[in-house]
Amino acid sequence: MKKLLSLFLLVLSVNVFASGVDLQDADVDLTDKVSLQRGAKHFVTYCLGCHSAKQIRYLRIANDLGLDEKHVLNDIAPEGAGIYDQLHSAMNKHDAEKWFGTQPPDLSLIARSRGADWLYSYLKSFYVDKNRPFGVNNAIFEDVGMPNPLWQLQGEQKPVFANAGERQGLEKLVSVGNGTQSTEEFDRTVNDLVNFLVYVGEPVQLERQQMGKYVLFFLLIFLVISYLLKKEYWKDVH
Amino acid sequence: MNIKPTRLRMCGNWVLERFPLAQVWNEHMAHYYAPKNFNFWYFFGSLALLVLVNQFVTGILLTMNYKPDAKLAFDSVEYIMRDVNWGWLVRYMHSTGASAFFIVIYLHMFRGLLYGSFKQPRELIWIFGMLLFVALMAEAFMGYLLPWGQMSYWGAQVIISLFSAIPVIGDDLSLWIRGDYVISDATLNRFFAFHVIAVPLVLVLLVFMHIVALHEVGSNNPDGIDIKKSKDPWGHPVDGIPFHPYYTVKDVVGVAVFMLFFATVIFYMPEMGGYFLEHANFIPADPMKTPEHIAPVWYFTPFYSILRAIPDKFAGVIGMGGSIVVLFLLPWLDRGKVKSIRYRGGIYKKALMLFVISFIALGYLGTQPVTPLATMMARIFTAIYFGFFLLMPIYTRWEKLKPVPNYLTMQPTLEERIPDMIAVFNEVVETESVTTDTGVTVSKKRFNPTGAKNVLIRTAKNLKESLD
Amino acid sequence: MINESVDKSKRQFLTTALTVVGAVGTGYLAVPFLSQMQPSVKAMAAGAPVEVDISKIEEGQLIRVAWRGKPVWVLQRSPETLETLKTLDGQLRDPQSEESNQPTSSKNSVRSMKPEIFVAVGLCTHLGCSPTFRPEVAPHDLGADWKGGFFCPCHGSWFDLAGRVYKGVPAPTNLEIPPYRYITETLIIVGEEEKAA
Repeated sequence: MKKLLSLFLLVLSVNVFASGVDLQDADVDLTDKVSLQRGAKHFVTYCLGCHSAKQIRYLRIANDLGLDEKHVLNDIAPEGAGIYDQLHSAMNKHDAEKWFGTQPPDLSLIARSRGADWLYSYLKSFYVDKNRPFGVNNAIFEDVGMPNPLWQLQGEQKPVFANAGERQGLEKLVSVGNGTQSTEEFDRTVNDLVNFLVYVGEPVQLERQQMGKYVLFFLLIFLVISYLLKKEYWKDVH
Repeated sequence: MNIKPTRLRMCGNWVLERFPLAQVWNEHMAHYYAPKNFNFWYFFGSLALLVLVNQFVTGILLTMNYKPDAKLAFDSVEYIMRDVNWGWLVRYMHSTGASAFFIVIYLHMFRGLLYGSFKQPRELIWIFGMLLFVALMAEAFMGYLLPWGQMSYWGAQVIISLFSAIPVIGDDLSLWIRGDYVISDATLNRFFAFHVIAVPLVLVLLVFMHIVALHEVGSNNPDGIDIKKSKDPWGHPVDGIPFHPYYTVKDVVGVAVFMLFFATVIFYMPEMGGYFLEHANFIPADPMKTPEHIAPVWYFTPFYSILRAIPDKFAGVIGMGGSIVVLFLLPWLDRGKVKSIRYRGGIYKKALMLFVISFIALGYLGTQPVTPLATMMARIFTAIYFGFFLLMPIYTRWEKLKPVPNYLTMQPTLEERIPDMIAVFNEVVETESVTTDTGVTVSKKRFNPTGAKNVLIRTAKNLKESLD
Repeated sequence: MINESVDKSKRQFLTTALTVVGAVGTGYLAVPFLSQMQPSVKAMAAGAPVEVDISKIEEGQLIRVAWRGKPVWVLQRSPETLETLKTLDGQLRDPQSEESNQPTSSKNSVRSMKPEIFVAVGLCTHLGCSPTFRPEVAPHDLGADWKGGFFCPCHGSWFDLAGRVYKGVPAPTNLEIPPYRYITETLIIVGEEEKAA
């Protein structure tokens, strides 16, 4: 019995340690409307060229982020977009296949499938790799078929390998320092972007959590009354 | 004289003369005598009915906007989540309800194992219940394909491929089920039909039969005694109370507690950390690419573990099917002379505990990737799982039974146990008053290792005693 | 076993309280369930205002555009048509559109903002069929009384070229006029009302 238990614990621990790569904390805060607004702007500027987010409409963004509809159309959405339009990418499928060998995935639900921390770490982990078609590789997603859309902001990063000759055991990334943003500024940019992607993944989540309080409070009242009623009736039973 | 109530009563009588409403109500509620000592474990029957109603109502609302088409299904679910008024609430109620259904049903079945509710004369109730369980698994499995995400797709692909392990007809059978060479639009469409119409009808019919059979022989109880043996001068069981109002008001409390948990999940953790809604299912189905790690939803994982533990395709399928078939045979495998675990011998208690541990362990292992160690563990637990059932005819004969009382016993209820629980809490957590620099006295709570040790030793002793 | 000395009023009070709380809860749950059958954002997107270029419409020509999925007619009326309309009042049920559905800017005898451009929802006010456009005078199937107008094939309702319903037909009111306004001389937008000055 004891042996069984310890074996079982061993299995548990093995699986915990196997989960691998350390991710950085994305520090998501959906109540920070200003961050979400900046994130929306960054998304349209740096991502929408290739990736769509077709499950959300500009109207929803305007309503949820507290923006005027006109403001969203003029300052955030690409030219010619209507307020009811979904965030479609300008790139057509045929070109995408030709350039990247695959269609860039829709990003509406990327935060729900990958998680915020993964996205945050991923966007910060591009490094120079001359062997890759776009000249960059990624420490989180090896051999990803995507260039670094934020490289002008971040600047280039060079990899440091534990075993330099064999390009193995990636230890850390060192910034070359040719980006237009400082490290802190860039972290904030990525944070805004991830914040926005988490919002897009489930636009209703903030509302849902706020509503939850009232529902639980109401159910608690219901529980108290039903409990009193039960006690009253069960006085009969001896 | 007031005219209105009389009119109303006349209308009422008109109906009652033509439809036995009062009779049905009396027979199954007001004059249905249930044992008076139902405990915590007896909430889950009515809760299962509540969840069934929840699934029906939310399911009907979802079909209004869902599109059973491989090209449209995934987007239509997101359309429900975003563009349809309150669609997110309806969808989360349905997805959380699916998991809640299995939690409730597993606890309901465990109650049967505890108190021998499957034993003579309730074998048929158990059989109908097991049929319900199988229908429910079919319902859940087909429903899980509908969102058409990666897990939906590959999960269905794997499970339907199981049928191809059957000799001779296997390949043709799985082809017939899919209606295509892989999971495709045709499969999605027919699963929708089954999930929305066929299986729910079967479920309703089986629930009806389950309850009719129960009310024919009467409910079992935590003492496993037949309450009809001792009746009062009016012919009512001495230890029985009318289901209505006593158990209706009690079940409402259970419903309230259940809904608190249910609402917490819906409003604060609808994904339940990837167990209720799996992360990979937020990626649209891609027949060209399997996700790195596929696992069924948590409620199938014990059976999935058994499948993976057996190193042969056909034997694995037999093992998985057998793990469910063996449950049907339970009333005839158990040769114990008493029903309730309270009066059974230590050997059954130990066997049941091992079974519960192995069931949970198999469930956990089924969510994890395969490693040699995990496979070995799964084999051990699979052996225990089957051992519990197949060795039952032997070990239940050796049982040393305790004397069964003639009348129901009343155990302390949950609220009567609260003082004891507080005492244990105080033993484990030390409270000390600390005066801070500013002169304010703050009571600090601290973990007390010696107290905790004492509690643990006592618990272990009690457990050992209760297992004898 | 059953105790006879029970506090009936307390039981009654608690039962009522629980019933009320339960009913309120059910009510709150019913609101989302019922409102999920209301038009979704997608339906509202499809119902967004539509722009119509009227520069290409010839005299006597009718074009159809979809607004909220309904057919909306835009008809260029000739001066003769407008003259005919003035003579019909006696045969109409509601010549001044007192009981009919239209924005105030179209509540006049020709039922339009500019007399020559007629805009209307092309659905019969009887049971929702789309009437046919029959501008010709006295065709053989409609008889000599027909002065040109809209004829509903489902149940035989008659409307004139201002969408006004004749007496003695099933349709109760004149055709509905949607909200619309002129962006320029040759461009109208259907679904948006003229903002009150």
